Amino acid sequence: MAINTLSQLAVYSLVVGFIMTFVVITGFAYTTLLERKLLARLQHRVGPNRAGYIPIPTRGGKERKLLGGFMQPAADAVKLFFKEDMTPVMVDKWTYFLAPIITVIPAIFILAVIPWAGFVPYITPEGRDYFAIAPGINVGVLFILAITSISVYGVVLAGWSSNSKYAILGGIRASAQMISYELAMGLTVLVPVMLANSMDLGVIVEGQRGMWYLFLQPIAALVFWIAALAELQRAPFDLLEAEQELSAGFTVEYSSMRFGMFFLAEYMKMIIFCALFAVFFLGGYRGPFVDQVPALGFVYTALKVFLGLCVMIWIRASLPRFRYDQLMSFGWKVLLPISVVNFMIVAVMIVLVEEGVLGF
Amino acid sequence: MTGEQFVFLAVSGLTIVAGILVVTLRNLFHAALAMMLSFLGVAGIYIMLGAGFLAAAQLLIYIGAISILIIFAIMLTRRMMQAQDTPFNSQAGAGLVTAVLSFILLVFVITRLWRNEIFDSPPEVPTAIMNQIVVQLGSDFVSPGAYVIPFIVASMLLLAALIGAVYVAWPQVEDEA
Repeated sequence: MAINTLSQLAVYSLVVGFIMTFVVITGFAYTTLLERKLLARLQHRVGPNRAGYIPIPTRGGKERKLLGGFMQPAADAVKLFFKEDMTPVMVDKWTYFLAPIITVIPAIFILAVIPWAGFVPYITPEGRDYFAIAPGINVGVLFILAITSISVYGVVLAGWSSNSKYAILGGIRASAQMISYELAMGLTVLVPVMLANSMDLGVIVEGQRGMWYLFLQPIAALVFWIAALAELQRAPFDLLEAEQELSAGFTVEYSSMRFGMFFLAEYMKMIIFCALFAVFFLGGYRGPFVDQVPALGFVYTALKVFLGLCVMIWIRASLPRFRYDQLMSFGWKVLLPISVVNFMIVAVMIVLVEEGVLGF
Repeated sequence: MTGEQFVFLAVSGLTIVAGILVVTLRNLFHAALAMMLSFLGVAGIYIMLGAGFLAAAQLLIYIGAISILIIFAIMLTRRMMQAQDTPFNSQAGAGLVTAVLSFILLVFVITRLWRNEIFDSPPEVPTAIMNQIVVQLGSDFVSPGAYVIPFIVASMLLLAALIGAVYVAWPQVEDEA
């Protein structure tokens, strides 16, 4: 099937978009389970192991269970749906209702440009060079930065409209934090863009044919990873929902599935940022034999995302939370100068190599 | 009506309605949100014009930075839920003059272009440029034949603003006298 007209392209994007959103939302459910299980193991606990298991025959009179707890996400979802949906009296109604929606939408939007696999002949119609919802957007990286800068709105709106001091403190912390770390992230994202000479994510992946940018640019990769953690409000940067001081921050007045939406957005963004890290620094869908069997691209992307998620959870289990002034001075006085200097070094190196002064 | 016209009407309607809301809403926070919606509508118009780069820049700068700074300022300075202000202030007169003059300007521009050939069939941009639009933009910014002087002037202005901001925020040294 070849794509010629605009409406065919729209249908293609809709179908792929539906599938990928569905996959990522399922991924969200199991990321919550992965986080709980892995955190538990790192803290010498067992974690959720009751909801759903595969019974296998007893041996030696001992009852044995396989995959204990794999239905836990379904149980959590049912619990969230059946909880009472309370609306506090003094909230600002419109913004209060809109905030969870505005939090989820940008998370889904970023999915549009992420390449999940290379050209897959039996899935991707002719002329599309990689498998994504909207392949070939020549400002893909800029699109990602724009959408991540919008995603702060959900948190700010939730914080303000709840009309509660914990919530507004969380909202103010969130907006300052996300604006600060966006700068460092934007500057480090430009490094793969300069190396690949394109803002198209597929071209960036193909540019890592010889070597991953992680090995060429370990500093940029590290700064991007830290800034991504801050952007996601993950530990150790989760002080806008710090349970101990703000009792969950901006989500404190939300209940039932409205709270679930914030949860959904957070975990979806975890998956998406791991995918972005894979695209920018870990060679995206590329791996051994991917040229012969293009469908392996999905497997490699999934593996890299899984690895990223595990590292995020590991960091959460290991590091204590930043204090607010530490967070700000770290963002502005450490990360930003490092990323500016790194950016300049890369730019100068590229010019020198192109001019033939440095031979590589 | 084609699909494109329908989308254009929807997007420009959003821009205009949100723009009116910005100046009529009493709640300052809601007005700031309406302004962000209006910016979003403008980004939609850029996308319809095939200017993806401009749309992304609009999202990044106007919505992601300027609006959020305004909202941040409102959150820090106003009392929650009591951000009520009158929609009129002492600058209403200046605003009126500007609005009337822009309206006259627009009337002249549109009547000039009406039934003009540019109006009926806008000039085609070569596909070679469309495919390399970001590269073209970048090289035009620094080539002496194009926009290097406006670019440098704008950069100087931004640098001056940055230095000014640092100076204002610098901790004041106590007078020894």
